[in-house]
Amino acid sequence: MNNTIDTSEKKIRSLLEKVTDPEIPVLSILDLGLVREINVSDSETEVIITPTYSGCPAMDVIRMNIQTTLLSHGYKNIKVTQALSPAWTTDWMSEEGKRKLKEYGIAPPNPRQQVCNQKLFEAAEAVQCPRCDSYHTHRVSEFGSTSCKALYFCDHCKEPFDYFKSH
Amino acid sequence: MNALINYTLHLADNSLILGQRNSEWCGHGPVLEQDIAITNISLDLIGQARNFYQYASSLINQRGKPLNNPASEDSLAYLRTEREFKNCLLTEQPNGDWGQTVLRQFFFSQYQYLLFQQLQNSKDEQIAAIAVKSLKEVSYHLRWSSEWVIRLGDGTEESHRRTLKAIDELWMYSGELFQPASYELLILNEGIASDLDLLKPKWEEKVKEIFSEANLPVPENVFIQTGGKEGRHTEQLGYILAELQFMQRTYPGNEW
Ligand SMILES: [Zn+2]
Repeated sequence: MNNTIDTSEKKIRSLLEKVTDPEIPVLSILDLGLVREINVSDSETEVIITPTYSGCPAMDVIRMNIQTTLLSHGYKNIKVTQALSPAWTTDWMSEEGKRKLKEYGIAPPNPRQQVCNQKLFEAAEAVQCPRCDSYHTHRVSEFGSTSCKALYFCDHCKEPFDYFKSH
Repeated sequence: MNALINYTLHLADNSLILGQRNSEWCGHGPVLEQDIAITNISLDLIGQARNFYQYASSLINQRGKPLNNPASEDSLAYLRTEREFKNCLLTEQPNGDWGQTVLRQFFFSQYQYLLFQQLQNSKDEQIAAIAVKSLKEVSYHLRWSSEWVIRLGDGTEESHRRTLKAIDELWMYSGELFQPASYELLILNEGIASDLDLLKPKWEEKVKEIFSEANLPVPENVFIQTGGKEGRHTEQLGYILAELQFMQRTYPGNEW
């Protein structure tokens, strides 16, 4: 059976396109920029991924889904390795991913600013409402339903929405 | 090697124990948004702990342990006794009221923020990688907890009074953050651990800054409680571990 399996990186990428984030199912792990490296040898297929946030519970599920997706396509000896460095950033999210997020009702991350400064009460970023495109919005809380999101409110259309934090 | 393992466990235990403490707020936060905030912080801390425990277990297994019983992140979190935990006393203190919880978080986040800034340049690659990763998250925790300390300290008569009481409860545990443990000193010169002497004045300066904005006095001449880093804990830790470890102790190896 081995000779029928396409072990090119391109093929594996196309399969990983179907592995999605369990908490934001419209995004694939490639859209999110979680796949850092794919190494194929005769004996092994290795996928190196990086976590979004240290405590993100979705990572264990993602690791398992990579395994089962590749297994079901005939790959054997699959190793999913986690690399922490370099640390994940939303700058790695694909443009396609940002478009899908917005369509799903979540404001996509702005390009990254200095996140590591410690200014108090700093003006929250100008975030565009994913529904009506107004910038007339305000932050309700820096922490949302998952680690990667913040809670916002649109003062124009009066709807609350999630913002995928620039990180 | 032993010193590095102990140091990694110390970093892990700090995050796990405070993460566990904060998680007690789940479903009890003062308002929904803040319930979500404190549990998010909890999750970040437990995530940090996992990264450090995974690294510690790989070091322990390299050193040589019976093959049928290798160390793992789970065995380190669930099967060590009180005396083996190396967290600072501050992290195990009870939640008290909301003011006490946010003050404890502020002291700790300010410390972690400075610590991880230094550890980004640790000669140990894995510790440096975890520090870089965690620092981004800690900067949120720090901003959030600083805002709360100012809001409560400079708030109503009652919130001010309660924050004063929280300072009274917690200040005596803040000094231990900067008292190097024996294992820390051993790897300090190798450029692995951070130099706490350098962190301390920076921490004090930042706390002073926030306290002055919050209209709060900085305590002076307080006797400092220590021992946690070397495994000598307050009675509080026993209760935390009882709850945290109950399942694995009662049903060894249980998975779900
Ligand atoms: Zn809107």
